[in-house]
Amino acid sequence: MRAPPILETSELRFQYPGAIRPALDGIDIRVEPGSLYAVIGPNGSGKSTLLRLLLGALYPNHGAVRYLGQPVHEWTRRELAKQVGVVPQGEDTVFPISVSELVGMGRYPHLGMLRRPGLQDRQAVEEAMRRCDVIEFAARPISRLSGGERQRVLIARALAQRPATLLLDEPTVSLDIRHEMEIFELLAELTGVDGVTVILVTHHLNLAARYAERLLLLDRGVAVAEGAPNEVLTRATIERVYEWPVVVSAHPGPGRDAGAPQLTPLAGEPANE
Amino acid sequence: MTPRRVARLALLLIIAAFVFGVSMTIGAAHLPLREVIAALGGAGDETTRAIVLHLRLPRAVLALLVGGALGLAGAVFQALLRNPLAEPWVLGVSGGAAVGAVTAVVLGWSLLAPWSVPLAAFAGALLAILLVLRIATYAASGLDTRVLILAGLVVAAFFNAVIQLLLTFASGETFRSALFWMMGSLAAADWTSVVLLTAYMLPAMAALLLMARPLNLLAVGEETALYLGTRVERVKLASYLIASLLVAATVAVSGIIGFVGLIVPHAIRLMWGSDHQLLFPASVLLGGGFLLAADTAARTVAAPAELPLGVITALVGVPLFVLLLTRRAV
Repeated sequence: MRAPPILETSELRFQYPGAIRPALDGIDIRVEPGSLYAVIGPNGSGKSTLLRLLLGALYPNHGAVRYLGQPVHEWTRRELAKQVGVVPQGEDTVFPISVSELVGMGRYPHLGMLRRPGLQDRQAVEEAMRRCDVIEFAARPISRLSGGERQRVLIARALAQRPATLLLDEPTVSLDIRHEMEIFELLAELTGVDGVTVILVTHHLNLAARYAERLLLLDRGVAVAEGAPNEVLTRATIERVYEWPVVVSAHPGPGRDAGAPQLTPLAGEPANE
Repeated sequence: MTPRRVARLALLLIIAAFVFGVSMTIGAAHLPLREVIAALGGAGDETTRAIVLHLRLPRAVLALLVGGALGLAGAVFQALLRNPLAEPWVLGVSGGAAVGAVTAVVLGWSLLAPWSVPLAAFAGALLAILLVLRIATYAASGLDTRVLILAGLVVAAFFNAVIQLLLTFASGETFRSALFWMMGSLAAADWTSVVLLTAYMLPAMAALLLMARPLNLLAVGEETALYLGTRVERVKLASYLIASLLVAATVAVSGIIGFVGLIVPHAIRLMWGSDHQLLFPASVLLGGGFLLAADTAARTVAAPAELPLGVITALVGVPLFVLLLTRRAV
């Protein structure tokens, strides 16, 4: 008997109003508790749409999304927000707001409209800021941060929710190597030590191959492959989906993820005289 | 609410109380504070009691209420529309109210029944709110705040044209009183309007103050608000309607008073940041104190003539705001 999935979809189909074909069609996924699940695919393949469907921000035209066995639309937004933390893409604030204020919003689902933050809330906020390495600029306005720092603040806000499940939409865009690796290490720690389930949309195929237990490869709204990294990241599949020649090698190590499949896109043919 | 925030609100309350004290003592007759306090307690001589209890007190209370409502509504619209330039009149409420009021003046109803002007203004404001809401929800599924701004702009432009049309046919005297109405005044304050407005506005203001956290999230982004547990459509609709109905009430009793709703929330933001849990109550207190100060100036500076209130709020408020803006980096 397997443990029940934390999040599952059945024959999910979604079409934007006025679009000629569905943005997603026939998506069946099962995300096991405490695992790191990565969604990959070319631009426009439906990754962010899938994330919105999983979060109940869009209604599927067909099929269903279940969180802990219950249709996601039957959850109240607040109960779902106590369970699921989200790091959205491209969030921009209009008004001056400090890092600690923004991270503190992660506690709102637990506080409701009026309850004052207590000791537990302050600890959650501080711990989240420490884990994401943003605590030294807690008092700084968001507008004064670099893109990478801002991204870490958004992750800290999601962690301040103390979520059972964390969904991230390309969280390491515009991060340097160290901060990118730190985010992936943090995600690995969250799944491994804290038992958090992580669902990640990313373009970093090689990092996804090293850190995720399972990959979902989307192409034009269809699940082309789903499974362990070495089942999904094969030369034939990747070349067909991304329309670019690649070679697949094994991560040489050292490290606990030695042997993970790694893709190298090839340079074009040398131009003839 | 941290002790520091309580102290900040207390400071604004003290400022408002000070302005209130000053406004009670100065005017056509200068009354020492001791006599004012005696009159408020029901003692003192007949004339002083009449001036304090029937002229200055209702007018001061009305100024505090209207200023507080405008400050709060401005802060709400800025958060809801995610736009720092938003103010209470940005969604066309003033245009609708002005059409109502000017119609009442032009048709001569105001001479037959003085209360017809506030009533017509309120009806016009309601018409504008419903029209804007209808356009905004018709054009998009749910309430798209970008469409809401556009709907507000076009409705305001349409009503402006109607006002200009009406004024084209107005006589000189009618023109003048219509213009004066549009620049705002609290000269018509009496206890009836104070009691009516208090009963109407306090619940609306309380409801908006309760929405501080959801509007904090909406100001960051609708998607973020949804993922942090907000029923986004409900909060947008409720805050839009309640804030609009609030300014519709102010416009009925005081005409169109500009700048308070724009400047007050931004002044608080520049000093103390954008958390609406502080910004909303602070905007109420500062808006009330500021409008009471402006109204006191309006009725005393050029006495016995009264200056239009909207002119004072702009003449005084804008330089103060520019000073604050240039001294603090945004």
